[in-house]
Amino acid sequence: MKKGEKLSRRFFLKTTGALTLLAAIPASLKSAYKQVKNFIVTEKKMAPLTVSVNKKAYALDADTRTTLLDLLRENLSLTGTKKGCDHGQCGACTVHVDGERVLSCLTLSAMVGGKEVTTIEGIANGDQLHPMQEAFIVCDGFQCGYCTPGQIMSAIACVKEGHTNSVAEIKEHMSGNLCRCGAYNGIVESIQKVATT
Amino acid sequence: MKPFDLIKTTDPKHALLQKKEQVQYIAGGTNLVDLMKKNIQVPDTLLDVTEALGHRIDKQGKAVQIGAMARNTTVATDAMILRDFPLIAKAVLAGASPQIRNMASTAGNLLQRTRCPYFYDVTTACNKRKPGSGCSAYEGQNRMSAVVGYSTDCVAVHPSDLCVGLAALDAEVHVFGKDQKKSVIPFEEFHRLPGNTPHLDNNLPEHALITSIEIPENPFDKNCAYLKVRDRDSYSFALVSVAAALHLDGDRIIDARLASGGVAHKPWRWRDAEQFLRGKSATAATFGEAARLIVGDLKPLTHNGFKIDMLKGAVETALGQCLHV
Repeated sequence: MKKGEKLSRRFFLKTTGALTLLAAIPASLKSAYKQVKNFIVTEKKMAPLTVSVNKKAYALDADTRTTLLDLLRENLSLTGTKKGCDHGQCGACTVHVDGERVLSCLTLSAMVGGKEVTTIEGIANGDQLHPMQEAFIVCDGFQCGYCTPGQIMSAIACVKEGHTNSVAEIKEHMSGNLCRCGAYNGIVESIQKVATT
Repeated sequence: MKPFDLIKTTDPKHALLQKKEQVQYIAGGTNLVDLMKKNIQVPDTLLDVTEALGHRIDKQGKAVQIGAMARNTTVATDAMILRDFPLIAKAVLAGASPQIRNMASTAGNLLQRTRCPYFYDVTTACNKRKPGSGCSAYEGQNRMSAVVGYSTDCVAVHPSDLCVGLAALDAEVHVFGKDQKKSVIPFEEFHRLPGNTPHLDNNLPEHALITSIEIPENPFDKNCAYLKVRDRDSYSFALVSVAAALHLDGDRIIDARLASGGVAHKPWRWRDAEQFLRGKSATAATFGEAARLIVGDLKPLTHNGFKIDMLKGAVETALGQCLHV
């Protein structure tokens, strides 16, 4: 085709045909990839979810497999809640759902729709720490700090439930929170301090 | 975890209609979610029944009806349970942690799976997980395993504490069947022994829902104890546990109940020992005789012979605790 000539009909048909073919490759490749992938890995199921965390409402689509722990950490970037064992044996993931302490690693996020979730990020009042956070600092309630968010959420519930009448009672009702550093004495002191003030 | 659909239902009839193979009910989720993470249970669909089943604890005449969805904490702190059925509250509080008790349902407690380590380790043989594959615990690390009622196909124990209390008090399991008919299963007939079908934990009809647990009136509200012996003070499964209850007239035993956890594939009633105790005086010597009678039935495995002395001591101690309440 010489310079200045009008586009021939043949040229137009050839180019558009080639372009359409080129454009179709990624789509067919993508669907082929998806088919192969779904053959090996079952397709994930997404579901809409509305949940309130620390009095802030969230509406999002989440994989039905998402635990409340993963929702907080991965979807909402609230990484204060810690993943310890992920099997309900250590208590590091303890949060409050409608005011009661639960294990977020064994809670499916799709089952907390419409409920109020409180995490370690939601207990301070601006820059003013929660009394239990203050007590943990004063009483050496932690060493490495990894179990601490779970310990503090559990400790707040322990006081609210009224299980603070003796050291033995506190220990029994904090037994769902393990501390590998062994800061248990400081944790018990922190709870006693908050319970008596 | 394999992807799944989650359907919420507020009506038990609707739940039954939706229930089929590969569809599983979910309530507290404390056991099921864990099993799904390990690909031991791989449902296509979960039916959330938390709002389809009752959670109330009601007196029905002189019996008590505990709704299937009543959370463990609710049962353990209910004023009427504490007054009239304290053995149940004691048993519940001996199990799990406050967080798990806040989540776990009453019906789910009955349906939880064993915590035998081979059941959880998918790289090993387990007849309960994969029928016909063999029992790794029978000649393996069986320290936590059964000492009575087991078979060469399975030596797993039922992990519940609540169920030991319910077995001792002759509870009944109220069931809503796939055919939309209601039925009642006596507690002792609910859980199964392993035999050669250890993949079946219980006799709940296929797809059926537990709607409530009924405990009949009993005279064991004053003298009862739940003793659990475990590797640490709290938040651990039982090596052995004993639910003991006495109905006394002065120091004479009119009736007695004795059941154990951590010893068998189901909560285990010690009927011979109960019979022995009736009519005797409540003394340490009598309790010692009852304990000896119980451990005479045990056939420990290679690594759990210690459970004989442990159970003997636990029975004597629990019966003794019944007198000091």
